[in-house]
Amino acid sequence: MTREEIIKPENLVYKKTSVLTDNVMHYCPGCGHGLTHRLIAEVIDEMGIQDKTIGVAPVGCAVLAYNYFDVDCIEAAHGRAPALGTAIKRLYPEHFVFTYQGDGDLAAIGTAETIHACNRGENFTMIFVNNGIYGMTGGQMAPTTLKDMKTSTSPYGRDLQTMGNPLKITELIAQLPGALYVTRQAVYTPALARKCKKAIRQAFENQKLKQGISFIEIVSNCNSGWKLSPIQANEWLEQNMLPFYPLGDLKNNK
Amino acid sequence: MKELRLMKGNEAIAEGAIRCGCDGYFGYPITPQSEILEHLMAEKPYEKTGMVVLQAESEVASINMVYGGGAVGKKVMTTSSSPGVSLMQEGLSYIAGAEIPALCVNVVRGGPGLGTIQPSQADYFQTVKGGGHGDYRLITLAPASVQEMYDFVELGFDLAFKYRNPVMILSDGIIGQVMEKVEVGDYKPRWTDEYIAETFPWAATGKPKKRDHNIVTSLQLESAKQEKVNLRLQAKYKECEANEVRYETIQCEDADYILVAYGSSARICQKVLQLAREEGIKVGLIRPITLWPFPKQIIHDIGIKAKGILSVEMNAGQMIEDVMLAVECKVPVKHYGRFGGIVPTPSEILQALKNF
Repeated sequence: MTREEIIKPENLVYKKTSVLTDNVMHYCPGCGHGLTHRLIAEVIDEMGIQDKTIGVAPVGCAVLAYNYFDVDCIEAAHGRAPALGTAIKRLYPEHFVFTYQGDGDLAAIGTAETIHACNRGENFTMIFVNNGIYGMTGGQMAPTTLKDMKTSTSPYGRDLQTMGNPLKITELIAQLPGALYVTRQAVYTPALARKCKKAIRQAFENQKLKQGISFIEIVSNCNSGWKLSPIQANEWLEQNMLPFYPLGDLKNNK
Repeated sequence: MKELRLMKGNEAIAEGAIRCGCDGYFGYPITPQSEILEHLMAEKPYEKTGMVVLQAESEVASINMVYGGGAVGKKVMTTSSSPGVSLMQEGLSYIAGAEIPALCVNVVRGGPGLGTIQPSQADYFQTVKGGGHGDYRLITLAPASVQEMYDFVELGFDLAFKYRNPVMILSDGIIGQVMEKVEVGDYKPRWTDEYIAETFPWAATGKPKKRDHNIVTSLQLESAKQEKVNLRLQAKYKECEANEVRYETIQCEDADYILVAYGSSARICQKVLQLAREEGIKVGLIRPITLWPFPKQIIHDIGIKAKGILSVEMNAGQMIEDVMLAVECKVPVKHYGRFGGIVPTPSEILQALKNF
């Protein structure tokens, strides 16, 4: 069989979505950010809303997300993405707006903006990637760092007495009347990635309803910060993160 | 037929916003400027012009809503008073760094800290010398009447969009609370989304097929690129300094002494001029209307012919540094001020002038 015989439309089973740019991602090999980006981009592509989508990037590992999404993007200050998302969606109510944040950004410095955007029921989509650590700054303790988990600022493990408890902010958000759809997903296996994509699709479709925020937590890994190989990191995620942060819908009022 | 209204300075800000086609207001209550948000909520501008009004959870959120709104090309603003504006400094730095048009109003009260709710001009340094981190400038307008509170909202937006830079209206508790006659304009329609997308090619309005995606950011990881941004900003600031200096001079032609004062202090100084001249002391007033860019040339040209200059401020002496720089210390420059919310009387200021 020749190359020409293979490259035919009917043989095409997968291609990179055009909503991702060709820029080389800076994420560590094995990190969940790249895959999460792809799923969001595919949803935007499949919904045909590239020209009506505005993304808000965080401070943290995904600070350069705007280089990868081929949609108009704004880089927010640390923790403030939901404030930007609020204004943008209110000023362009027919556009599709999403924020993309990590755990430090969304659940520590930006807790107030997160809670209030959700509680007001702003009609945009919040993507929350939780890997229990500050990746970009070199692996410090995050609000979602697990009990006894070692990080560079909890080198002997997270001591709950002195360092406080890991924060289940997604459970908190599910209590708020302004939250329409709250779900916890993961992307470390193909099956979970497909499920996560469906959740992202619903979160974007929900914006048409104007009935409140759609919030997706993605429990992810940080092999560099966790100091594990990509495979070990995914095993660690399954054994340690998921028992504390169980997957599934917390609320689906649609 | 011109429409005349009697209103507070704070209400004039709100009315000026609605009528100039402002797209969004995001704010948090704080004395002495809460009437702005109250007036906006009472007027229901979303029914009149489609303007968005939102009470945010904090000043931090407010200024970041303004960042988001400005980044998508909309005319958006926030207002606060000193402690709240301190919280906004991070956001203002980002807005300046990302070159976003935005309007902020500070109805200044006494500080530091929680300070007092009474009028003050103690935020001069914060406003014109930085406040937030990094090398940036805020175009700063200092209204001295309720009419100027109204007018400067539209002027502020014009300057913000002309230079893609945050603009600060630096008011104070007197101008915010006092009631005066105001001539208001007609309701101007807000810009359409199509107009914004065509007119502001940098704005993140949604990427059509025909152009690359727009990225609004203040981040440059490479030093060489960041330096280019800094040089571009500095060139823009030079252009502002060349084109946007605004001031008023009163009775400076024959003056032996010059008062330099802005905002409420300038109003009080007008009375000082009258009292002084009744006693045969020839005094003139230079009122900076833009505090940045500072009217240094006119202060220099008039100031160096004077026997002395008195910088009158409701603070411990902040603008005086810019006045001294303007006259290159060739003329004696002194400061007179009261603080903590105390408003100086004309006779106190006259006495300070006599003590020169």
